[in-house]
Order: sequence, then structure tokens, then C-alpha cells
Amino acid sequence: MTNTHATSSTRIPPLWWFACAVAVCATILIGICVGAVGISPTQTALELLSHIPGLHINSSLDESDAAIIWDLRFPRVVLALVVGSMLASAGSAYQGTFRNPLADPYLLGVSAGAGLGATLEIVVFESPSRWSLPLAAFLGSLIAVSLTYALGRSSIAGRSASSLVLAGVAVAALLTAAQTLVQQRNSDKVREVYAWILGRLAIAGWSDVLMVAPYIIICTIVLLRYRRVLDVFAVGDEEAVTLGLPVNRARAVIILAASLGTAAAVAVTGLIGFVGIIVPHTIRLIAGNSYRRLVPLSVIFGGVFLVFADVIARTAMSPSEIPIGVVTALIGAPFFLYILASRKEGSLI
Amino acid sequence: MTPVLTATTMNIDNLSVQIGARTIVQDVSFEITTGDWVCIIGPNGAGKSSLLKALAGILPSAGNIRVNDFDLNSLSHRDRACWIAYVAQTPVIPPGMNVFDYVMLGRTAHLKMLASESTFDVDMTTFVLEELGLGDFARREVASLSGGERQRVTIARALAQASPIVLLDEPTSALDIGFQQEVLTLINELRKEKKIAVISTMHDLTTSGIYPDRLLLMADGHIQVAGSATEVLTEENILTHYGAKVRILNDFGRPIVVPTDF
Repeated sequence: MTNTHATSSTRIPPLWWFACAVAVCATILIGICVGAVGISPTQTALELLSHIPGLHINSSLDESDAAIIWDLRFPRVVLALVVGSMLASAGSAYQGTFRNPLADPYLLGVSAGAGLGATLEIVVFESPSRWSLPLAAFLGSLIAVSLTYALGRSSIAGRSASSLVLAGVAVAALLTAAQTLVQQRNSDKVREVYAWILGRLAIAGWSDVLMVAPYIIICTIVLLRYRRVLDVFAVGDEEAVTLGLPVNRARAVIILAASLGTAAAVAVTGLIGFVGIIVPHTIRLIAGNSYRRLVPLSVIFGGVFLVFADVIARTAMSPSEIPIGVVTALIGAPFFLYILASRKEGSLI
Repeated sequence: MTPVLTATTMNIDNLSVQIGARTIVQDVSFEITTGDWVCIIGPNGAGKSSLLKALAGILPSAGNIRVNDFDLNSLSHRDRACWIAYVAQTPVIPPGMNVFDYVMLGRTAHLKMLASESTFDVDMTTFVLEELGLGDFARREVASLSGGERQRVTIARALAQASPIVLLDEPTSALDIGFQQEVLTLINELRKEKKIAVISTMHDLTTSGIYPDRLLLMADGHIQVAGSATEVLTEENILTHYGAKVRILNDFGRPIVVPTDF
């Protein structure tokens, strides 16, 4: 009885945290260095460190390069980090509460709902406020996730994993159609909205980061706090109730947090799909199915993944940029099919 | 809150369960005290599982469920779980979860929602695993275990929950005769040692006559006959409520139910 927690596979070993920290630092450096104007990693690192008070490191970078780092690339990398971590942790939270390995904000229609909400806001108000755009997106996403859940549950095959995703596809199609309709009626803004639908980090500045950060930080903290609860959901609603979990209340809180965070992300970056399915599943393969590992690791590697996806988006067809949503879909759709094809009875929920 | 393990008495009064317009369980009343084993038998669709689910708080019910004069239906899920543990007929086995983590889920009711397990919870889990001879299984995936081993693990989870009342829905239905006997002996020992009140449903009539103190024969949502095995397992009762022709043999005072064609 002395080897505390030794037999549990829910803790993240300390060495893994170290690896995570290294991965995040390396990702930030790579995300900043790679681009039309090449800046060496050493110079970048020195430039970043020179701004930390008390270290007294001098950077040799000239002003224009420093401006590229501070005004263009760094905010873009930070935005990719927070949005990626939100989408991935929301994905794992949906998977846990719905006990469905295929749940993802994009596939559940949450992103489409947020898209419709945000589009309506853009169209109705000439220049929507920085704070209200995520809230409009949130309303849209909540309507979408409720619809998907209700439809997925009421169908005949209500307990199978695919019925929820089918419902999500239908809801997403409906809301996307509604969004297209709204755009058609407001053709003057169609370009603006279209660029946004494909997902973009291109015009990210610090103001975008500041707009989403509060929402995402709060939502991520909530999801992290509920990670043990997500493990209790794994035995199904009936048994979870008899274990003493207030199932409905817990599920409501988790869905609200995941949806608000996703909506905030969608409100700035547009629809970026599949992050919530690629990242948690890759982590499952390595670290197992416990949400006590999955949620924190999704927060970290969701961000890492999206920064790399963005690096591909802006370098693959340089000098022009591919929308980042296209990059994640090109990786994610085959990955999704792979999961679908390799699902065995009981292997993934 | 962990209830102090003195004598616990559960009184069930006029319990009814409705699903939609259908009444599945109607006016069921009985009493059970620590150390007792009450077994509910009855034909398919009699309402046995629904009765257990109502007691467990999974299905809403009308009537009274009182434990030591606490109204169970007025308690939160968490407080209720401190009184009653439930083992489902076919428990959901979470993919990739190991035995230790699965059994530790039993500690949920003793934790605040956002807290994580303390050393006490870990020790409790380790203790229960050792006690049921599952120590070597701790790191194994639950999904990889055989039926008999899984049943022990689900019982271990109920014990880790440390509730004075344990509900077991068909604890032996998926097991061969060897594992059946092993699991039933285990339950029988545990209820005496730990002063647990056990309410189970059971399919096999002869087996239901061996360990439980009392049998409740349910049909059409009502308890039709209640009493000891010899009182309940009669040719007449089984013909009336199951529509089956059987003969009752006597094995040193215990009834053995044998199907017959005349």
C-alpha cells in the first residue's frame, strides 16, 4: 500500500511534462523562424529572451526583423497555440461526455453554428465589437450542439457512435446553408466572410489574441478541472449516477465550456476542422484513454499541432498562403477515415 | 460523508416505477437489514431490473425508500451513492482503463466533484483489490479479463464505494457454473464479514435458493410471493408465475428446481 498512485495510469509522469515544455518552446521558435523572411533560430531565441527583464541579453536583430517577430509572427504563433489547444481539448471533452470517439467541434456542427452566429453578427452590425463576436458565435454553437445531441439521441441507433456524427453532419449542413443564404443576401460582405470560413490566422495581431485569450483560458481551465469527471463518464450515464456523479449537471458544464471556447476560437480564426479529432487520438495511442492525461496533453499538443499546420499553410505554396482550415482538413479527413475503418468492437469506446 | 457502518435498515414502501405510460413496478414493499441477502426472482419482464434501478436512483420512482430514516430520494446523487452501490447486469467496460483505475471509480461518491483521489482513496482501492485476490490484476486492462474476473472487478468497485447496501443485477448471468459458485460464495462471505445488505436479482431458481435469506418472487411488477426458498420455490408458484412445469426435489432441505414435462 506504499506505492501511491504507482498502479494508476491516470497521472502524467514528470518526465513527460519536461518533454511537453521542450516541445512548446521548440514549436514557438520554429513557428517564428519559418516564413518568407528567414530569421535564424538563435537570433529569434536571443530576441525573445532579450525582452525578459533581468536576463540582460542583447539581441543583434535589426528593427525590421524585430518588427516581423513581434508584430507579425509571434502573435500569429500565440494565436495558433491557444486556438489549437482549445479545439483539441474541446474535442477530447466532447468525446468524453458523449462517450463517442468521433466527436469533434467541427463534426458536431459546433463550428458551423458558431460560424452562423458570427456571420449574422457581422452582417447585422456594421462593425461588431471585439467582445460580442465570440458571444454571438457561442449562441450559434450552443444551438448547434443541442440540436446535434437531441437528434443523435433520438435516432433509432441512438447509442451508436456514428449516429451522433451523422446528426452533426446534418446540423452542420443546415447551418452552413443558412450561413450561405445570409451571405448571398449581403453580397457586399461576401469576400470578408468567405475568407473567414476557410479559417485564417493570416491577419492575426495581438488584438485577436487578446480577444480570444480570456474565453479560451477560462474554458480550458474548466475542462482541465473536470478531467477526472470525464473518466467517470466512461462507465456510461447509468453507472455514473450510481457512483454519485450528477451526470446532467456535469455534462452541461463541460459542454458549455467546450462550446464557448470553440466559439471564441471560431470567431477569430474561422472554421478549422479536425484538430479536435487528430490530436486527442494520437495522444490516446501513446498515453492511453484516461482523460486525466488526455485533456492536459490535448491542451499542449493541440497548440503545437496548429502552429505546425500554420507553418505548412504559409510555406507550402509560398508566397501565397493556403487557408489553415484546408491544411487541417487535408490531414484530418484521411485520419478520420482511418479511425472509422480501424474501429474494433470495444477498442475505442 | 461515509455512513457509519452500524446496523443499516432499508425500508421500501409502496415503491412504483413508471416508464412512459407503463407501470413497470407497482406497490413493492420490503425491508432489509445489514448482513441480509434478499434475492428477487421472477419471469422475464417482471420488473426485477427496474426495481433495482429505482433503488439505485437510475430510474425515478414513487413511494418511499428510507435508509435509517433518511429519505433516499431526497439525497443528492453523491450522498445516495454513499448508501447504495450498484453492479449492473452488463457493466460498461471503459476501453483502455486498467483494473486499479476502474475500481478506484468506486471512490467517486467520497470525493468532491472537482477533487482528485487522496492517498486514502488509493489505499482503500489497493486494500479491496488485495482482499479479493485481484492484486496481480491491478495493471491489467479490464477489457482483457475473462467474465469471471470482470465480475470480481465490478464487485471490487462496489466494495471500494464502501456503501452498506449493494445491489447486484444478475451477478452470475454471464458466468459458467464454476465462476458462478465462486462469485456467489464471495458475495456471501462479504455480506457477513462486512455487514453489507445485498439485494440481487437472479435467473437460476435453484441457485437463488442456496445463499439468499429471502426470496421475492416478482411478476407483472408486483411481489407475488415472499419468504424463504422452501416457501417460494414451490411447483405451484412456478407454474402460476412462470407458466413452467417443474418438480421440486429436496436436497438436504434445499429446494432443487427441475423442469419436467408431466
